[in-house]
Amino acid sequence: MSFQGRSGFTLENYGAFLTEPIYWLTFVRTAWYSILVTCIVLIIALPIAFFITKVVNLRIQGALLVLLLVPFWTSELIRVYGWMILLRESGVLNHFLVGLGLFKQPKEMLYNDITMIMGLVYTSMLFMIIPIIGVMESLDDSLIEAAYDLGAKKIAIWREIIIPYSMPGIMSGSIIVFMLVLGSYLTPKLMGGKYSLWFTEQIYNQIIIYFNWNQGAAFGFLLLVLSSLIIWVALKLTKQDFRKVIK
Amino acid sequence: MQIALSVKNISKKFGDLPAVNDISFDVEDGKFFSILGPSGCGKTTLLRMIAGFLQPDTGTVEIGGKNMLGIEPNKRPVNLIFQNLALFPMMNVYDNVAFGLRRRGEKGKSVEQKVNAMLKRVGLPDYGLKKINQLSGGQNQRVAIARCLILEPSVLLLDEPLGALDAKLREHMKVELKKLQAEVGTTFVYVTHDQSEAMVMSDYVAVMNAGHFEQLDNPQNLYNKPFSAFVAHFVGKNNKFIAKQRKDENGNFFAETVDGHSFKLSRPVDLKDDNFIELYVRPEAVIINPKITKENFNILNVSVKAILFDGANSRLLVVPENSKQELIVSLPQNRQFDYIKAKDKIKIGWDPEAAVCFNKTDGKIYEEL
Repeated sequence: MSFQGRSGFTLENYGAFLTEPIYWLTFVRTAWYSILVTCIVLIIALPIAFFITKVVNLRIQGALLVLLLVPFWTSELIRVYGWMILLRESGVLNHFLVGLGLFKQPKEMLYNDITMIMGLVYTSMLFMIIPIIGVMESLDDSLIEAAYDLGAKKIAIWREIIIPYSMPGIMSGSIIVFMLVLGSYLTPKLMGGKYSLWFTEQIYNQIIIYFNWNQGAAFGFLLLVLSSLIIWVALKLTKQDFRKVIK
Repeated sequence: MQIALSVKNISKKFGDLPAVNDISFDVEDGKFFSILGPSGCGKTTLLRMIAGFLQPDTGTVEIGGKNMLGIEPNKRPVNLIFQNLALFPMMNVYDNVAFGLRRRGEKGKSVEQKVNAMLKRVGLPDYGLKKINQLSGGQNQRVAIARCLILEPSVLLLDEPLGALDAKLREHMKVELKKLQAEVGTTFVYVTHDQSEAMVMSDYVAVMNAGHFEQLDNPQNLYNKPFSAFVAHFVGKNNKFIAKQRKDENGNFFAETVDGHSFKLSRPVDLKDDNFIELYVRPEAVIINPKITKENFNILNVSVKAILFDGANSRLLVVPENSKQELIVSLPQNRQFDYIKAKDKIKIGWDPEAAVCFNKTDGKIYEEL
């Protein structure tokens, strides 16, 4: 469909993508922010997964997992609205900060890139933590102790033992999170500002607002190519086997 | 001789449970020292305190004359070989062995030379690029040893590293470890529950029970002159009699068993309040159908219940007259006793000097043989 024009086969729809800066700028921005969000999620998820699997005892482990899961029993829309209630100008957080005298007057915290990224990190965190926990559980404590015994410092243990060992979990978590973020629509739409345009919104606009299904299909296809490409590069860079990662 | 490792009055409690209770010992440089004890006796706790993974409640650990209190495991001149070896599965053999050197900041040629020399020494040259899961159990064992020895530790700690191997390989690795230790001259502290491992390899063995050392001695003394009923029971096979001690008019001491047998004792026991004693006789100290009947030999009429053939390790299972207690008697395979069949009545005897006896312990002894 993306190759269809008014007179049969055409590359017009792809040409429009290249010639209109707003399209490819959004495209690059979406890709870049998705990678950024994935990285942030990973950096937060690693210590959390380690804490849950290796530090706390079994009973607390179960409780923490439930705590992680509970927010995901509600829909994404409700979670985002929850954040909006907390962050908006007349919201809970502003109320407290003004009350404590830290702010003179309420500040609008919604509708900017930072809030949007935070929202995306929050909504996709679970999908990173769960696969990493799966791998980390099979990591034998004695490997960490052995590294420690052989003279490794904490950073070296993370770099040489824990992260390489967890790599299949990290990669499958990263792929899931990256796809989710790249394809998310609600969070950027509701929490992002007027400049935080997401590529999915472009597709939505083309199809729903302009009724240009062909252009929308072309954008959708481009998004698919982009996500496949980035995942392929990431797998190559980390020398992971795709079959092992999706297991 | 220099002292490589010195442990003084070390204790550790887990909650209210004392795991290690006031243990002191010294290990001379270059010796093979074993800590032998049943599971749960605190031997691994002791080892982990030496390695630095646990802090003792009281007492000190000195390595090469330096107090190790408060020093982290990664800064101690000791290395630990784990029960499951803990080789890094995501690295190849070379990277596993080079791990410690790299953590010290060594780079380039010197690492390569040292790793290759060490792999050669443990008999795995050209194995560097292999993955850990491509190696056999015995080879993994050697990689684990190489990974520690390359750091030239003052003391190498081993936590039952042969436990996971099959019986045949274990026998082989015992000899190999002993040879390797003699070759490199590093002090080994070896923890095990297998008395044969401890006896074959060690210069000194400490028998540990319920958090304390029962006896610290060379393997020969441990076997022949046990200090306590626990050691007699735990090290090697032994026949045990529960008896009362009696003194006759000539001043000789006898042990009278509950079944009504009476055995001469070479040395009496200093009796505690309850005057039951335990008499231990080694299976190989018992002589079948003794010909030269020395005057003070203890003779016992028994019937053969079964012949337990096990090559050089063959034994007879016999039951004394008027008794239900089973005794084991070693059966030399020199064809001398081929005539003995099950249900035969034979005589057995032993020199009172070859038996040891102790006050009866209150049943807390380790019962699994």
